[in-house]
Amino acid sequence: MSYTGWILLTASLVGLSCGFIGVLLILRRMAMMADAISHTVLIGIVVAFLVTRELGGVHMLIGAIAAGLLTAVLVQWFHSRGVQQEASIGVVFTTLFAVGVVLIATEVGNVHLDVKHTLMGEITFIPWEKIELPWVGAIPEAVFILFLVLLVVLVTILAFYKEWKITSFDPALAASLGIPVLLMHYVFMSLVSVTTVAAFDAVGAIMVVAMLITPAAAAYLWTDRLSIMLLLSGSFGVLSAIMGYYIAAWLDTSISGSMAFSTGIVFMISFLCSPKHGILAKSIRPSMSA
Amino acid sequence: MDGGEIRMTNLLSHNAQWVLLSMLILGMAAGIMGCFAYWKRQSLMSDALSHAALPGVVIGFAILGVKNLPVMIAGAAASALLGALLIQWIRSSSRVKEDAAMGIVLSVFFGLGIMLLTFVGRMAGASQSGLDSFIFGQAASMVRKDVFTMTGLALLVLFVAIIAFKEWKLFLFDPHFAKGLGLSSRWMNSVYLAILVLVIVIGIQAVGVILMAALLIIPAVSARYWTNSFKWMVVLSALFGGGAGMAGTLISTFGKGWPTGPFIVIAASSLFMVSLAFGLRKGLLLMFLQQRAQKKQLGQQLSNQSVLERG
Repeated sequence: MSYTGWILLTASLVGLSCGFIGVLLILRRMAMMADAISHTVLIGIVVAFLVTRELGGVHMLIGAIAAGLLTAVLVQWFHSRGVQQEASIGVVFTTLFAVGVVLIATEVGNVHLDVKHTLMGEITFIPWEKIELPWVGAIPEAVFILFLVLLVVLVTILAFYKEWKITSFDPALAASLGIPVLLMHYVFMSLVSVTTVAAFDAVGAIMVVAMLITPAAAAYLWTDRLSIMLLLSGSFGVLSAIMGYYIAAWLDTSISGSMAFSTGIVFMISFLCSPKHGILAKSIRPSMSA
Repeated sequence: MDGGEIRMTNLLSHNAQWVLLSMLILGMAAGIMGCFAYWKRQSLMSDALSHAALPGVVIGFAILGVKNLPVMIAGAAASALLGALLIQWIRSSSRVKEDAAMGIVLSVFFGLGIMLLTFVGRMAGASQSGLDSFIFGQAASMVRKDVFTMTGLALLVLFVAIIAFKEWKLFLFDPHFAKGLGLSSRWMNSVYLAILVLVIVIGIQAVGVILMAALLIIPAVSARYWTNSFKWMVVLSALFGGGAGMAGTLISTFGKGWPTGPFIVIAASSLFMVSLAFGLRKGLLLMFLQQRAQKKQLGQQLSNQSVLERG
């Protein structure tokens, strides 16, 4: 495949996985938790690098899951100690992120890791770092990992589709039905961390937030059905990824930045023009919404 | 990073002293505003606003082509305010919740900022004139004029917060009563948002857009562990914020090119840990001692009871 093709494929995979995960984030009202985790996976990556002296692959995923779970547990713990939920998210992620940045700036930031890379990602390098796979041939490592992550996300969501639905919409009912709500919460946090870290290389820490939250929020404005929302969110993710790439190519600017910006455009269009919950639709028939 | 900036290698140098003083005042202003934001339950709002300031900073730079702090601060304030309005608009006129709205504004504005940054960086040639330092903060890159601008504006924030302290308290804790007294909540809200944005944007050069929110959130949360009184919470938070600002800046001067923001955050978090452990209100040590005392009491009661029963 061509260079552009690989980049578009990488970006689309990011858009798909983030889009699916994002739906559950929005419905569970945990958007800012995603923001927190996208920052704290940095420390997981740095620590994994310090321990193994290797960048990439399984270590990074494990480090990221650990960091994501640590964030979730710490936020919960501070909250139970009387700190407001919001403030406790703020304390935890800024601290962990700061530690990560300091480690990079002072210890490891010479060759492999640098702060800018982790923030903005380097999707342009992805097609060069290939691995050989049986049957498939040489494909970029990031594409392989993203593909695996997408598979994990899809299988987890589809296999427990009903459980996700109930725990997201009515946790109390879920608990009374005997669904392990807390376990599902932490499984979900792990999924968010894995997706984040896989997308990290491609789009960087902050733009992951855009990919996670914005397409799903846009899809939320179009439909009331979970299955359609999942499909829409995934497609919006892919759409913004591709649109972002071409905007970046046109203006010759940061690809990840313009992907994040494209998610914003998609959201704004939905916000204004969605037939159900859009601003225009509401102003045309105010009696219906009242 | 660049040749033009003044490094603080000598701690006794005049410039370094000014930078430290300005960080003290900035930290105090941020600590106080952090308390307001804490009680308005808008801690993460400050995070969204600081990220949203990035495009404005870059545009402010692009307009003049050189680094001019007042213009960049104005740009940052404009784009942060736009972000705040958008969050408000999305929240109030669609079914997207506030946290999602904040996440959207935060990430999309930051993405736009990065786009512009890359663009301007190329346009201006090799030197980005320390634009990068706005992401993680570089207190050492401030020249004398920047320091004065920042200190002046931070003092203004302090002044507004202190002069109307009673009104702020009413506004935060009993808005209905405040309304009854003739305080316009709309007006108070606007002033609150204005000084919140102001304190965020003046801190950006020193602390960076990504971690500026921490300087607002962490001191307030730490102060909460010591007292139930809002007045003392504000005082303590100001002290913590100021202390963290100075300590972090000082530490970041020990290494070449070390960013200031993360060190300030780590200093603030250390104060938070101490507060969490030894705080007089729900601190861990206190809770542990209380629990032990209660257990002891209970144990004594039980043994007394069993003695009585046996006897």
